[in-house]
Amino acid sequence: MSFAREASRAIRSSFVLWVIAAVIYPFFMIAVGQIVFPHQANGSLVRDSRGQVLGSTLIGQPFTSDRYFNSRPSTTVYSTANPNKDDNLVLQTGISGASNLAPSNPQLIERIKDEDLNRLQTSGIQPTADLVYTSGSSLDPHITPEAARAQVSRIAKVRQLPPQQLETLITQNTDSRFLGIFGEPGVNVLQLNLALDELKPT
Amino acid sequence: MGQGLLQIGLTLCIVIAITPVLGRYIARVFLGERTILDRVMNPIERSVYVISGVRPKDEMTGWQYIRAILYTNLFMGILVYSLIYFQRLLPWNPNGLGVPSWDIVLHTVISFVTNTDQQHYAGETTLSYFSQVAALGFLMFTSAATGLAVGIAFIRGLTGRKLGNFYVDLTRGITRILLPISVIGAIALVLLGVPQTIGETLTITTLEGGTQYIARGPVASFEMIKMLGENGGGFFAANSAHPFENPNGLTNLIETIAMIAIPAAMIYTYGVFAKNIKQAWLLFWMVFIVFVILVWVAAGGELQGNPLVNGTLGIEQPNLEGKEVRFGWAETALWAVMTTATMCGAVNGMHDSLMPQGLFATLFNLFLQIIWGGQGTGTAYLFIYLILTVFLTGLMVGRTPEIFGRKIEKREIVLASLILLIHPIVVLIPSAIALAYPFSLSGISNPSFHGISQVVYEYASASANNGSGLEGLTDNSLWWNLSTSLSILTGRYVPIIAMLLLADSMSRKQTVPQTPGTLKTDSLIFTTVTAGIVLILGVLTFFPVLALGPIAEGFKLASGS
Repeated sequence: MSFAREASRAIRSSFVLWVIAAVIYPFFMIAVGQIVFPHQANGSLVRDSRGQVLGSTLIGQPFTSDRYFNSRPSTTVYSTANPNKDDNLVLQTGISGASNLAPSNPQLIERIKDEDLNRLQTSGIQPTADLVYTSGSSLDPHITPEAARAQVSRIAKVRQLPPQQLETLITQNTDSRFLGIFGEPGVNVLQLNLALDELKPT
Repeated sequence: MGQGLLQIGLTLCIVIAITPVLGRYIARVFLGERTILDRVMNPIERSVYVISGVRPKDEMTGWQYIRAILYTNLFMGILVYSLIYFQRLLPWNPNGLGVPSWDIVLHTVISFVTNTDQQHYAGETTLSYFSQVAALGFLMFTSAATGLAVGIAFIRGLTGRKLGNFYVDLTRGITRILLPISVIGAIALVLLGVPQTIGETLTITTLEGGTQYIARGPVASFEMIKMLGENGGGFFAANSAHPFENPNGLTNLIETIAMIAIPAAMIYTYGVFAKNIKQAWLLFWMVFIVFVILVWVAAGGELQGNPLVNGTLGIEQPNLEGKEVRFGWAETALWAVMTTATMCGAVNGMHDSLMPQGLFATLFNLFLQIIWGGQGTGTAYLFIYLILTVFLTGLMVGRTPEIFGRKIEKREIVLASLILLIHPIVVLIPSAIALAYPFSLSGISNPSFHGISQVVYEYASASANNGSGLEGLTDNSLWWNLSTSLSILTGRYVPIIAMLLLADSMSRKQTVPQTPGTLKTDSLIFTTVTAGIVLILGVLTFFPVLALGPIAEGFKLASGS
């Protein structure tokens, strides 16, 4: 077989497979997604009564104030940026990423001592692993149920709500394991805080 | 703890259950027997063959098969390079992204065309949706199917058949295996919350008044083939840790199973081809046992957590640095070991922040390449070890080494040795060079022993065509892009060429009749000896590196400094 014939086969079959795998497949999936599951396909967005997008239930938001259940520390501050001063170029596309600090890296221990533990102590929260360690995506929408419960007394004081009611809110906004087996239960912080605002707008 | 181990155990049970089903299906597809998709796919495949001028009945020799692989891969690489290079002019670029530098595009194309998917760029900030889907997504199908084809051709040769036709294997791998499972899986992923849109990045005012930018895209279709094809290149920088790639426990289960399904099933496929299911199961359990031990090591480390941090907190907590709450220590440890074992390379938690035990297990996988191993090629590596074992045991007891009724001679041993030696060469030599210039070249971000692991991991992941990394490493530099490209290319194509030549020469040999003196390769004792040889050959080569990297780091952490 000559070189030209072998090369032409390679080129022609590449093009055919390109059409199947790179055009038909993704287009078909976009059509299915947009027609059958538009909510999920567009990013599981939460809107308020006027249709304004408040966020995505899957993407965490930074919460540091006393009025809200605090979220995990994040290396990208949950892909937020000041529109006037955007050093990380978050503005263009949004970002994700982790600290990538090794367990033996002194910077990790320093960060936990200086930033995370200080912050938790000032807000009177008992430290748990998820509240001192940063997540893999920096967009983690969850905290552990323990971390949420550790914040109940503070929120109850600030919002003047009975702790019992907050416990119920936490349970309602916990995403449980699949079939009670796979994954770990997590409290969706954005949904929990939205429910909190609805309960008692301050 | 019990809950974590239960999840891991049940996931592995699912793997064991689907292995014979999928393995038999793959065998039927490549033996050309009737399968359920015949009515839909037969006409499609026929038109593919007509358009590309392929006569499906033509059998290829070893060199013809190799040339077909090299030509298609080269052409696909050029096609994808141009698609990314001109992404500004192409559609689906709502964020208006420009041209990345030439070395990063070159590295990315080489990395994706070889099923490696090592990423030195961040997906959401570098590539348009069209580049992701139509350029990289395309290579995810073809590189996985190329690996499958090599594995199948190797098995054919070993079992005395002709090698087959590469274009037929490539096409059938996509139309019968990768595409149908991807369509079903991607629909499930969208249902469970993975986006599939061409809408642009969302700008949102958070509840506390900040401005958040949420990257989106056609993720679900990309995600499914990324996992199923052992590709592992993430749509987003955070890969499968990103909530849009992997939003909950069920998506994590689907992606985990998709990742390991084909490499595990390929061992069974061999059994069908060789009509020796017993041997397939023996090999399966050999790999499975090593795999479970590694998962145990990694999961134990993550559960115990970081002693330095635990000392500061005053309580014992698992290590959650770089991990998501919804996966926790157990699912992340299982994933980390599986992604390096199957050469997938996707991550659902950051490997740089794994405890030394996890780092040991992941590096171990990258060094051995057969604890499942890459799409198709992993099974071939497994049989290379088997051939070496036959040779060595044959020498020990003074019998002519034979496997599957065919004599193993000098040519086969030379090729097998080449396949096994190329990996340490392209891992250790460039690592030594990079480590010799710690400031100008290496880009290490974590000090001390962990820095050694970062460098070695990057080259091991490149050469093994895995693609995960210790991502703290500053790897988007000219040195890293070019040197890892070289490791990727050598680690992919040299073994593939040697494997196909070996399979070709085995298929041409006369069979020798079995006698009572023939060494049985499907016995428990032979499989145990194989495991021993794998560990001795594979681990001894890399033991000094393991000692300098994760083992030393582990001791340092345990000593509390």
